[in-house]
Amino acid sequence: MLSRTADSLYWIARYIERAENLARTLRVTDRLSLMPSGADTDGNEWHSTVVVSGCEQAFYEKYDEATPENVISYLAFDPENPSSIRSCIETARRNARAVRTALTTEQWECLNAAWLALPGWNESRVRGSGLHRFLDWVKDCSLLFTGGTVATMLRRDSYYFTRLGTFIERNDNTARILDVKYHLLLPDHAEVGGGIDYYQWASILRAVSGHRSYNAIYREGLKPWLIAEFLIMREEMPRSLISCAAEIRNCLDRLGEEYGQRHECHRIAGQIHSRLRFGKVEDVFRQGLHEFLAEHIDLNDKLGLEISRSYLLG
Amino acid sequence: MAEAIFDEMGKPGGEVRRAYRILQAWLDETPHDILTLRREEAETVFRRIGITFAVYGEGGDPERIIPFDIVPRILEAAEWRQISEGLVQRVKALNAFIADVYGQQEILRAGIVPRDQVILNDTYRYQMQGVAVPQNVYTHIAGIDMVRVGPEEFYVLEDNCRTPSGVSYMLENREITMRLFPDLFSRYNVAPVDHYCDELMRTLISVAPRNCIGEPTVVVLTPGIYNSAYYEHSFLADQMGAELVEGPDLYVMDDIVYMRTTRGPKRVDVIYRRVDDDFLDPLTFRADSALGVAGLMNAYRAGNVNLTNAVGAGIADDKAIYTYVPDMVKFYLGETPILKNVPTWRCADAEDAGYVLDRLPELVVKEVHGSGGYGMLVGPKATREEIALFRERLKIAPEKYIAQPTLALSTCPTFVDEGVAPRHVDLRPFILSGREIRVVPGGLTRVAMREGSLVVNSSQGGGTKDTWVLKD
Repeated sequence: MLSRTADSLYWIARYIERAENLARTLRVTDRLSLMPSGADTDGNEWHSTVVVSGCEQAFYEKYDEATPENVISYLAFDPENPSSIRSCIETARRNARAVRTALTTEQWECLNAAWLALPGWNESRVRGSGLHRFLDWVKDCSLLFTGGTVATMLRRDSYYFTRLGTFIERNDNTARILDVKYHLLLPDHAEVGGGIDYYQWASILRAVSGHRSYNAIYREGLKPWLIAEFLIMREEMPRSLISCAAEIRNCLDRLGEEYGQRHECHRIAGQIHSRLRFGKVEDVFRQGLHEFLAEHIDLNDKLGLEISRSYLLG
Repeated sequence: MAEAIFDEMGKPGGEVRRAYRILQAWLDETPHDILTLRREEAETVFRRIGITFAVYGEGGDPERIIPFDIVPRILEAAEWRQISEGLVQRVKALNAFIADVYGQQEILRAGIVPRDQVILNDTYRYQMQGVAVPQNVYTHIAGIDMVRVGPEEFYVLEDNCRTPSGVSYMLENREITMRLFPDLFSRYNVAPVDHYCDELMRTLISVAPRNCIGEPTVVVLTPGIYNSAYYEHSFLADQMGAELVEGPDLYVMDDIVYMRTTRGPKRVDVIYRRVDDDFLDPLTFRADSALGVAGLMNAYRAGNVNLTNAVGAGIADDKAIYTYVPDMVKFYLGETPILKNVPTWRCADAEDAGYVLDRLPELVVKEVHGSGGYGMLVGPKATREEIALFRERLKIAPEKYIAQPTLALSTCPTFVDEGVAPRHVDLRPFILSGREIRVVPGGLTRVAMREGSLVVNSSQGGGTKDTWVLKD
């Protein structure tokens, strides 16, 4: 297939996944801001959401303060923010239009419908309860696209490039949420395992759609180190780092088989997966959670570059 | 002439023409709100699938839907047979003409077409002189615009030999009609059109370049998503199972064209290009083109790739050259033209220009190089100021204009706000030339949605209809 086609498929999936993650994060932030704040996080959740989304610098060039209005406007609707939900959907649809012959009808119609409905959503319509309706809608679009991909795409290169986009993006997102929110919630003076605010910690899990899943696996309530373990090393958890790494490795293996050739990206994918697969969560904490996650995000970026170099640039 | 307008269904209150009888009965029995509902349904489908033409930079909706009229246009088998034979004949002559222009130039030496009209023409490409193309075919996909003025009277309005568009609407219109009106459709015996893309692929494969090894790789080259016909490009590529490429997806090395794929470079043999000559190769044509491929013309001349339609094919669809097409039929084929040209005055000729200047309010004056219904004077519909303006333009550069009588274009029943009413139509059939010539029955009917309007161009509010050719 054309390198440009593979590139577009990969980025469509990344942008849709990004939109969904943003929607989840905003939802959780909004929910958190309604709670009586127990831990010392007053107002910080909006700031930290900007940090998680990776656009801290650009945001503060435009705004002085991370008020709910500013953050929602910037992360959800701002056309100048290339990673706002609106920009993500527009970019995904523009890419889809350029490669629509490589998409199934279901995928195309889902992206096209999202794009057609987009002008109906704006800042004034999402005031109050409208915000949740909007964010739910974004999540639905993404789930429909991802589900449509799995259910309708032929299992060949085009499928694996699309899936790679989803998991590279998700891998990055889970790591960022964990990195930023974890430190925000873990007060400096508190020991790991100290008293915590239930709602605050639950919010990390909700942001990755893992609140109920956590309870299904751990029967002892929310514990920071278990939450970390859950999001890093539990293979049952579909948004954990190890799950993303396994999926990425699998997609690249399939591509390697189909094309009869392996590249540097295969090696890095193997490295990322192995250190999660054979590592121990105690070692992660010993190394320092932040250091570990920073390294993980860095490796994931490097992997993305190598995938581009091997397949997408031609 | 206005009183002599021919309605293809028959005058209201008069006798309904045979092909339309079932349709008339069906229209009578179907309530208008059902028709309105169906029309809305059609629009929703077009939007959802994304069957749009892109108009960027004009403000408003950048991706518009061409209005689809739900009432089909119907041609009898015998009517179509004559048209179709005429089309094959005409396209043969057009191909022979282009081959001659870039070859021996016999028609110029014979003095049938004036040399200056060709050599000084903007569409003439000297780079093609002496270049051999596979099967000697230049206009592989031709769209011939026709109008009807009476039961037996069809005229060719213009030839489109470069990159005629609209065929995707022909195919999608049929799909949507069958989906919305299965009951009506099944009461007729309509010749199918959905094999068009197979025929197109077969045509493209049959003109593989001489240096092609094995099964030819065919691609569709598009200027990209901002081109007004982008939907069509992607539709055709999809239906043919060919890659839809943009300029940057291709590169030339040692006079061979490759596309960049996830497996590495892949050789390309036939390029169905929907990019204009000027933008094809920055090394040969416009140096600022980002839509083309550097070195493409060298690969083409070396016989390593074929371009459809051929570079320089536009010489045959120039409005000044148009007037000579009946002569071409006689010159190259030794036959009598089956399809007539609209009588045309060439203003380059002083005598014709004088005649035209005297009769501006009755005539249609067209710019020789204009297209899309721009730069045109429709005498009977024009204001005095417009006529005065055109008179000045004509006097300054008469060679830039041709003039034709105002034709009483036929009308077809069309579903508009007031109900079913007659609207003017034209017809663009598509002719495929490779090793053989193929015509899919019908074509794209364009309809002027406004009452009395003769302008059917989609850029000016025209719509389309499904076109049925009945089987015997």
